[in-house]
Amino acid sequence: MNEPLIRIKDLGKSFERQKVLDGVDLDINRGESIVIIGQSGCGKSVLLKHLIRLLEPDRGEVLFDGKDVNAVEQSELVQIRRRVGMLFQSAALFDSMTVEENVGLGLRESRKHNEKEIHEIVQEKLTMVGLVSATDKSPAELSGGMRKRVGLARAIANDPEVLLYDEPTTGLDPITADMINSLIVELNTKLNVTSIAVTHDMKSAFKIADRIVMLYHGKVEFDGSPDQVRLTDNAIVKQFITGSAEGPVEVY
Amino acid sequence: MQFGLDALGRRGVRFATKTGGLFLLFGKFVVSLRYLHRSMHLFFIQLYELGVKSLPLIGIIAVFVGAVSAWQAAYQFKFIGAPLRLLGQAVGKATVIELAPVLSAIVFAGRVGAGITAELGTMKVTEQIDALESMGINPVRYLIMPRVLACMLMVPFLVIFANFIAIMGALIVSVLGVDVSSDTFLRGFRDSFKMTDFINGLIKATVFGLTIGLVGCYEGFHTEGGAQGVGKATTTSVVISSVLILVFNFIFAMILFRL
Repeated sequence: MNEPLIRIKDLGKSFERQKVLDGVDLDINRGESIVIIGQSGCGKSVLLKHLIRLLEPDRGEVLFDGKDVNAVEQSELVQIRRRVGMLFQSAALFDSMTVEENVGLGLRESRKHNEKEIHEIVQEKLTMVGLVSATDKSPAELSGGMRKRVGLARAIANDPEVLLYDEPTTGLDPITADMINSLIVELNTKLNVTSIAVTHDMKSAFKIADRIVMLYHGKVEFDGSPDQVRLTDNAIVKQFITGSAEGPVEVY
Repeated sequence: MQFGLDALGRRGVRFATKTGGLFLLFGKFVVSLRYLHRSMHLFFIQLYELGVKSLPLIGIIAVFVGAVSAWQAAYQFKFIGAPLRLLGQAVGKATVIELAPVLSAIVFAGRVGAGITAELGTMKVTEQIDALESMGINPVRYLIMPRVLACMLMVPFLVIFANFIAIMGALIVSVLGVDVSSDTFLRGFRDSFKMTDFINGLIKATVFGLTIGLVGCYEGFHTEGGAQGVGKATTTSVVISSVLILVFNFIFAMILFRL
């Protein structure tokens, strides 16, 4: 059997005195599209950031392709990060740069391509997200949905093996959110990547996931396919997917 | 009593953390200098943004500081009966040794240090720094090193400019308001001018620039909590830089001008 691409073992993280992750164990296989769901503030984004050491854990480990991301040298960490693309919650575009410069930054800094190649790659990625006309615009001129799409183009610019999506549809209207979901499904298939998304938007989760993991009280509460989620007897999961205020889930 | 000790302890820990953090950042800055060739374009942008764009403000402040120094010195000379031919000497010394380096640095901390913290702090809270790291780009090399190095080089440059403008301001007031001829003023200035004073002023300015850059970047990188956090970090950055400039200036005075 193949080793999982990412293995999370007993991951724990607290901020001040608040325990956010309390022993998360999770294996993510190559080519999977996993969606991590849970309440706001339950540690979904914190977990995602641990995968590429944007945060360091208090305990436990994250193995990426067999290597502990918290123990590797800086140069090796850079190599791991270049195998991963990440779409941030607010897109995190560099507001001092144009769309073209944002998407091309990682390519320029990797120093593997000349300017002509970078321009071609940027145009190709912007075409994939349907924004080739916005090349010279600054992030301030873009709508929320456009910013997310530029963020997506930037995330896929380096042809990553793994894509991380942090709340890809948060703050978007339902139609734009559905367009982003379709784009994620299309990119996952077309680019043949392993994708990990965190969201509390169940419509989005059911559309893009082939496996759904629910975090609750800093641990994995449920791990199964979308169909298993729909049919589960787990009261916590049931309450979450129906969005009911009544039930066993404690509201933070 | 217990509560007071707790608060004191927390402040102590915060002070130690910040001091250690600044030294650590200085170490990272020094190490990142070997990648300067990869950040040259960013460095030149910062030289212009932080240094050249500060020229008008430093110029306005320097001309008035020079003017008021000449006026106040003349007033005191009259009071104690000192000859006005010494005006150029007194104003020149004070400007080159203290006024130009310290005032330029404090103004630079207010304009540039605050700007660096606000920019990097906003990048921090909007996850732009995380985004850089996620792409395998070292934020110290990409964001901090060009800014700190530009501060180190531009503060001495601005001090040279401030020296010149302040002396001009003092000269104009001396000629038009105090009735000292330009020849007399400039002769006094020339007679008292020592190259070592000028060089010492520039050495101080380099250390002040390093301090402003490091504190500005450190506070920016440790900003938390949205717009309010950015405001708080910016204020802290200016306060810490200004206090450190005055403390370092006193230490320099004791080392360079032994009694």
